[in-house]
Amino acid sequence: MGQVIRLFQDYLSQYFKTKLTYRVNFITELVSNLVYELLNLVFILVVFTHVPTIQGWTLYEIVFIYGYFLVPYALFSMFFGFWDFNERYIIRGEMDRILTRPVNHLAQISLESIAPDRLFGVITGVIIMFFAGSKLNLDLSWYDPIIFLLLVFSSTLIYGGIYTAIASVSFYTDSRTGIAPMVWNIQNYGRYPVDIYNNAISILLKWILPFAFVGFYPSAYFLKKEELYGYTMLTPVMGIIFFTLGIIFWNQGVKKYSGAGS
Amino acid sequence: MGKLYAELIRIRFLTLLAYRVNYYSGIIIYAINIGAYYFLWGAIYSGQGNLAGMSLSQMTSYVAISWMSRAFYFNNIDAEIGQEVREGKVAIEMIRPYNYLSVKTAQALGEGIFRLFFFAIPGLLLIRLFIPFQFPDTLEVWGWYGLSLVFAFIVNTQINLLTGLFTFFFLRNEGMMMAKRMIVDLLSGVIIPISFFPGWTASLLQVLPFQAINFTPSMIFSGALAGKAAFTAIGMQVMWVVILLVPIVLLWKLAKRNLIVQGG
Repeated sequence: MGQVIRLFQDYLSQYFKTKLTYRVNFITELVSNLVYELLNLVFILVVFTHVPTIQGWTLYEIVFIYGYFLVPYALFSMFFGFWDFNERYIIRGEMDRILTRPVNHLAQISLESIAPDRLFGVITGVIIMFFAGSKLNLDLSWYDPIIFLLLVFSSTLIYGGIYTAIASVSFYTDSRTGIAPMVWNIQNYGRYPVDIYNNAISILLKWILPFAFVGFYPSAYFLKKEELYGYTMLTPVMGIIFFTLGIIFWNQGVKKYSGAGS
Repeated sequence: MGKLYAELIRIRFLTLLAYRVNYYSGIIIYAINIGAYYFLWGAIYSGQGNLAGMSLSQMTSYVAISWMSRAFYFNNIDAEIGQEVREGKVAIEMIRPYNYLSVKTAQALGEGIFRLFFFAIPGLLLIRLFIPFQFPDTLEVWGWYGLSLVFAFIVNTQINLLTGLFTFFFLRNEGMMMAKRMIVDLLSGVIIPISFFPGWTASLLQVLPFQAINFTPSMIFSGALAGKAAFTAIGMQVMWVVILLVPIVLLWKLAKRNLIVQGG
């Protein structure tokens, strides 16, 4: 573990050296991340100039859920940014190199694709939550920050588990499957209360690809929706289950891995 | 000269045809997005008759057609220009006896034709199975929509050329391209019809070129824009096609002077 943390520092400094070579691009990348985060906020704000509530949910409640949604997503994309795993590691045979390294293979890959600039997403999300929270007059108990950290950590594990499982599909087939971008688009459903979707979709979002637990259910705790507390408490359980599943799939995949041949 | 560009269009079409399987997952992704907004708008409209002059059924058509229009006009020629500048390939392109930007436009058109037949049309028919929306009932509306979509494609390509040209100055430009893609989606009306924007933001969007990319054709298709108003809107699109030529020509002149060939 100590070794991973030391490597983490090295990769971090390496990352900034590469990025700061092209400064204008580094800044426009930060701006474009921010634009992406504000895009959906604009959608919410514009819609609410026409309607008072969306099926009983008020403007600032929806904004709060969105703010929370940004935080675990930012943490996840900082550590699990290997969207191009198939191309980068399997097709180009880089996985062979990873397996000869002394560090845990998943940790090694995670470090190689680390994106610390995504931390800005955490800041944006927290600012949005505080803004919406103050409009809603939510009061904080002393233990709420601890619960927040626990929930965010659990939501990040859900993301990590799902995308690790998807990445490990590449160990069985080296052709592009296109599953990751589909799931990425489904996860955006988690930004809104699941009760606005039909039954099939809300079952999907609760139990199969549990993106209801990366935004809506954890936020319900802070919004004092007591009828949903059961789901909020389930968040850490879902996090552990899905992350464990992800790791199991991954390790199975690594065992099956036979190299791309060249 | 015309034959050369026709050939470029054909080659791009055939190249994409070889990789058409990659586009099947694209259709599903668009369906996922249309689904998300379909449910969201359903929830937003519950208990409301008309919002910003649009009924729920018009909104449903709007959501479906705006994404499927995007399936047609979307392309990555800005990223292609960026890559050719970064790898130094642009030097070879520039000594060839054709105009680099026209070549890129021709390739974009080849991609557009491919996307129309293998992405937008099958996507539209697939979506129709799940989401009940109305096709225009007269041939006239289809005609206006088609014409408007052609200009939408041109304006979008022009904006892509502009972003691509900035790579000549910054060498790496992925950030700006990403930001552009999202801004175009928001301000052209894919995410929300621009008639929904309140107060001064609406008047601002009226004088920007983005509405020509998606809002105009989608409003015509959904029947929210008809008759003389549709005609005026298409006139605006033509105006933008002409206006946008000016910065492209100027930036291209500057870019040629500024070019640094990398790699090799």
